[in-house]
Amino acid sequence: MDWSQSLRLIAPEETLSFASLVLLLIAAWGGDKAARLISVLAVAALVAAGVLVAPALCGGAMGVETYAFFGQFKADAFASFAKVLIYISAAVSIMVAPAYFDRFKAMRAEYPVLVVLAAIGMSMMVSATNLITLYIGLEMNSLAAYVLAAFLRTDGRSAEAGLKYFVLGALASGILLFGMSLTYGFAGTTSFDGISASMAHGLSHGALFGLVFVFAGLAFKISAVPFHMWTPDVYEGAPTPVTTLFATAPKVAAMALTMRVAIEAFGEQAHAWQQIVVFAALASIVIGALGAMRQSNIKRLMAYSSINNVGFMLVGLAVATPEGISAMLFYLAIYVAMSIGGFVMILMLADENGNPVEDLGKMAGLSRTRPGLALALAMIMFSLAGIPPMFGFWGKFLVFKAAVDGGMIALAALGFAASVIGAFYYLKVVKIMYFDEPADVVKGQSDIWHKLVLVGSCVVISPLGFLLTRWLGHLADTAAAALFSGL
Amino acid sequence: MIGIEHYVAVSSILFVLGVLGIFLNRKNVIVLLMAIELILLAVNINLVAFSAFLHDLTGQIFAMFVLTVAAGEAAVGLAILVIYFRGRGTIAVDDVNRMKG
Repeated sequence: MDWSQSLRLIAPEETLSFASLVLLLIAAWGGDKAARLISVLAVAALVAAGVLVAPALCGGAMGVETYAFFGQFKADAFASFAKVLIYISAAVSIMVAPAYFDRFKAMRAEYPVLVVLAAIGMSMMVSATNLITLYIGLEMNSLAAYVLAAFLRTDGRSAEAGLKYFVLGALASGILLFGMSLTYGFAGTTSFDGISASMAHGLSHGALFGLVFVFAGLAFKISAVPFHMWTPDVYEGAPTPVTTLFATAPKVAAMALTMRVAIEAFGEQAHAWQQIVVFAALASIVIGALGAMRQSNIKRLMAYSSINNVGFMLVGLAVATPEGISAMLFYLAIYVAMSIGGFVMILMLADENGNPVEDLGKMAGLSRTRPGLALALAMIMFSLAGIPPMFGFWGKFLVFKAAVDGGMIALAALGFAASVIGAFYYLKVVKIMYFDEPADVVKGQSDIWHKLVLVGSCVVISPLGFLLTRWLGHLADTAAAALFSGL
Repeated sequence: MIGIEHYVAVSSILFVLGVLGIFLNRKNVIVLLMAIELILLAVNINLVAFSAFLHDLTGQIFAMFVLTVAAGEAAVGLAILVIYFRGRGTIAVDDVNRMKG
């Protein structure tokens, strides 16, 4: 392994780093007038990075030749799968932003640059095979995300969301870091392979402490119960394009990171973390569903829905088999499509003055005033609830199938029962839109990009999405195989 | 003789103090930032102590990275605090409640 090969393997990250620095210079000279141009260039850079990642994903790259920089970084099919999802989500959150921020006269040139910088951090997170790379990637993502949450400086809620996200995010990083320092001390190395080798013959008490702290820190980042409290506040307070990003890209990155740490670093002691993951999965499903019921703000409702969905994904991790990981990746891909659709939908709900409409009561009777929007939202809600024939059903089906095949029938049964509770609040939204007296508040004209993204994501989650099952299933299987190839 | 266990004990105490500082503090957001720094420094003590104990440089390099990131984190945190103060006119923790949760 030489330097040139390492540099070839990190080509997507290099592209994004170079692009973000150039865009920063353009932003410094052009000011906020250049915001549109920078947005276009940032999306182009993300698309280019996605194209660079594609060969490793389609070719199922795995093994020694995917290691870069002496085992610090791994560009295998698993990382590539997550990276494609991350770049798509980041590009979408840049595309939908100008129309939203223009209403507040707050479209600044930094926004696309910050999203690209966060995307670099997330790429590093999913490729990390060493605790140091992991930490740097995580912080690169987090530091950009804190600023993004507080981006609408004049809005008190946005600043408060930024502050809460910062304090709790930094606490989570601290907990994760403390766990990593203990893991390093008791395993004697920071590389995932080395940690795995040192744990092959048993787990000392110190290493067990480290493992628990690491999982607690990761649970914060994926907003799994009991570390979910920041999610509703941050999702509500952050500007909606930023919430679109938070609900998709960092969640994919943190989820993929959790899978890699669980399987590659702690895979030898799976029974030690399986019970933690089983608890977090069931608690997230139940608390996510119960919490969503009492919400009247649709962004908070979507936040609890994301906690609920994280629970379903963790069911796949709890099984700790290639089949479970493959099901999780498949679920993640569908979840990204559903979240993008859901939040772009929220972006399109505006009253005649262009102010966002977030209150569920004001969406009453939407089917009569804006039938197209109501239909799209109904599709998204049915898909999130996992009701066939929507594509969201297939993700839940795969995860539960993996759990049953892995012998965790009780977990599958409990999760299945709890998913019925979740259906209640999704259907409540549909009921408000279709059967209540029209409130006739939603009047705003929609941006062309919003419409395009919404139509795109609705096509993916519609029954037409089932045409993708074979292809997406194959990609998820190769990605999962790459994750397990080192064991 | 001071051994590795003493270092780990000190860093664990500092870590717990930092976490308690975040949860029990009802006064002011600056104290939260100090608590976060305390957590990161506890981690650094751990890393350096383990590094010396294991005769392995990785831990010290890791500690350097943690220091660097902590500086960046403090800068971002203070910047967010400034725009928060501009909008609200206070930095008391009890007033961070515009949204329920």
